[in-house]
Amino acid sequence: MATAVMTTLDPKSRSAARGMSDLTIRNLFIIPTIVFLIVFNIFPLIYSLGYSFTDFRASSPAAANFVGLQNYRELLNDPFIWSNFAITAKYVIVSVVGQVIVGFGVALLLNRDIPLKGLLTTLLLLPMMLSMAVVGLFWKLLYDPSFGIINYTLGLGSFEWLSNPDMALYAVAITDIWMWSPFVMLLSLAGLSAVPKHLYEAAAIDRAGSFYTFFRITLPLVAPILMIAIIFRTMEAFKTFDLAYILTSQPTTEVISIRLYKMAFQEWQTGRSCALAYIVLIMILAITNIYVKYLNKVKER
Amino acid sequence: MAHIQLKNVSKTFGNHTALTGLNLDIADGEFFVLLGETGAGKTTTLRMIAGLEKPSEGQVFIDGVDVADWGAAERDVALVLQQYSLYPRYTVRENLEFPLKPKIRRIEPDEIKARVDRVARTLRIEHLLDRKTDRLSGGEMQRVSIGRAIVRKPRVFLMDEPLSALDAKLREALRTELKNIQMNLGQTFLFVTHDQVEAMSMGDKVGVLNHGRIVQTGTPYEIYNNPRDTYVASFVGSPPMNLIDGKLVNGRAVMAPLNFELPFAGGAKTSGATDGRPLVFGIRPEDVYLESGAPVEARVHDVENHGVEKILTLRVGDAMLRATVPARTDVEIEQPVRFAWDPDKVVLFDKASGISLRHAG
Repeated sequence: MATAVMTTLDPKSRSAARGMSDLTIRNLFIIPTIVFLIVFNIFPLIYSLGYSFTDFRASSPAAANFVGLQNYRELLNDPFIWSNFAITAKYVIVSVVGQVIVGFGVALLLNRDIPLKGLLTTLLLLPMMLSMAVVGLFWKLLYDPSFGIINYTLGLGSFEWLSNPDMALYAVAITDIWMWSPFVMLLSLAGLSAVPKHLYEAAAIDRAGSFYTFFRITLPLVAPILMIAIIFRTMEAFKTFDLAYILTSQPTTEVISIRLYKMAFQEWQTGRSCALAYIVLIMILAITNIYVKYLNKVKER
Repeated sequence: MAHIQLKNVSKTFGNHTALTGLNLDIADGEFFVLLGETGAGKTTTLRMIAGLEKPSEGQVFIDGVDVADWGAAERDVALVLQQYSLYPRYTVRENLEFPLKPKIRRIEPDEIKARVDRVARTLRIEHLLDRKTDRLSGGEMQRVSIGRAIVRKPRVFLMDEPLSALDAKLREALRTELKNIQMNLGQTFLFVTHDQVEAMSMGDKVGVLNHGRIVQTGTPYEIYNNPRDTYVASFVGSPPMNLIDGKLVNGRAVMAPLNFELPFAGGAKTSGATDGRPLVFGIRPEDVYLESGAPVEARVHDVENHGVEKILTLRVGDAMLRATVPARTDVEIEQPVRFAWDPDKVVLFDKASGISLRHAG
């Protein structure tokens, strides 16, 4: 298969003149990538798996002792860790649901003949292109209780967004929704424009109302691509760090990756944090697998 | 049940004119066929009646009511398209139920089931009811989309070349089926096609459309035997009518560039047929016959054997003429033959306008 795909070098080309074969060129391109992946991804992954069974602390010269499953046992029995997971779950649900509603809604609005549609779409995509850190910093200014434009516009006086423990997580989620709804919008738009027009005409002829048409035709046909958008956004939201870290330091916004960061680089519990990282990894894998199974089912229908 | 009228309807898309001053009257319970070539404006006409397009000018009436402001749903029409447009991901049963299911319809589940089953029986798709629509063949899909149209009992059926994507055998079968369905339901059907055989065999009435204008409306018999102009004459019929330039001289038809003459004594006399006027003589191939003592000699250029009959192409000078003869006629290519025509069956057209002298009055 691989050889069938490869094209033979033009015998007159410079590379051929230097005596390089197809295979050499292929290796030149692929080997650096593989080396990079092994050094920076695979090796740390396996190495940290080893650490997760020890009481290693990167801050002390003491040798690491093998402690077996103790780290995992203690972590899974720690109510504080579970509250971090609960915060993360709440954050994922609020932010992904928000993004799907806003993104899909805007896509529905854009999926018709309106003037300046192309320009409008491009402008709406801008938040997605910004850096997380930048977004975090200027939303912090927007949320500011004394001079922030949000309170000014909504007439909320000096409403505390980020220092209010009950509100802070929602404030972070709102920022995330603002930033990533365009992503859901983009994929939904692709899905919507792929629905054949004659189906809508047939539905109109069949005297189906707009609600009925939406739930019986539009949604089922866009579902697979919308599911893909949801998978991506769920994975991203689950491991969110920068936004929450930059915007606020409330205990109510301590999502799991912030807990992990603190455990690893403030408390220097390297072994235990490796174990926590593995728990998170397994959870993400599990969630994604369930999604993919469901997605395949949706596609088959 | 509905009576449809189009009054002076025009439609333009940008600077392209699809329809000009269209007048159409489809009686209640009639099977009306709109016949025309690709791009003649047939589909546009259909879509305007369905409410999917708005006419640029003119009015559409259903049962005498101007429906300009009515959407597709309010007009209560059924539309069957060439590309089936079944709802994907649903079974055949779900597709048939679709038009009955919306809450505002308020149809009891028992009633829905009974109707779907009855339609499935009529179209012989009972065994397919639980199958997904993407596992159906073309013929089965088209039956389902016809089923979805008739399950709802609309006022008018609109069909946009529903049979043209099917293979010949199936097309024939569905043609008869559709005609039967229409007779049983007694509903108004508007059927659009480019296939003149479909038009002739199914229609109570046929409207011939050319470049966005209705050229002629009438029963298939009228269209075939008394075409209004040379376009209809050459479009309807397979093989088409022979059209030969010439003029009348002393009761004989003289074919000017071809240099042969045929008797026209006692032929279809029309008031405008004066001697010397440039004319086009139209004669159906079945009214051209071979006879040993016939006035004109020709050579057999080509023979098409159709089983019941043979279609001969005769060469006179450098012009070709089609003749339908019984299959047992023994002819060979390049054989010289003599032919004549049936002067009563000749249709005369004005050379300049192409309009039949009978229609010009």
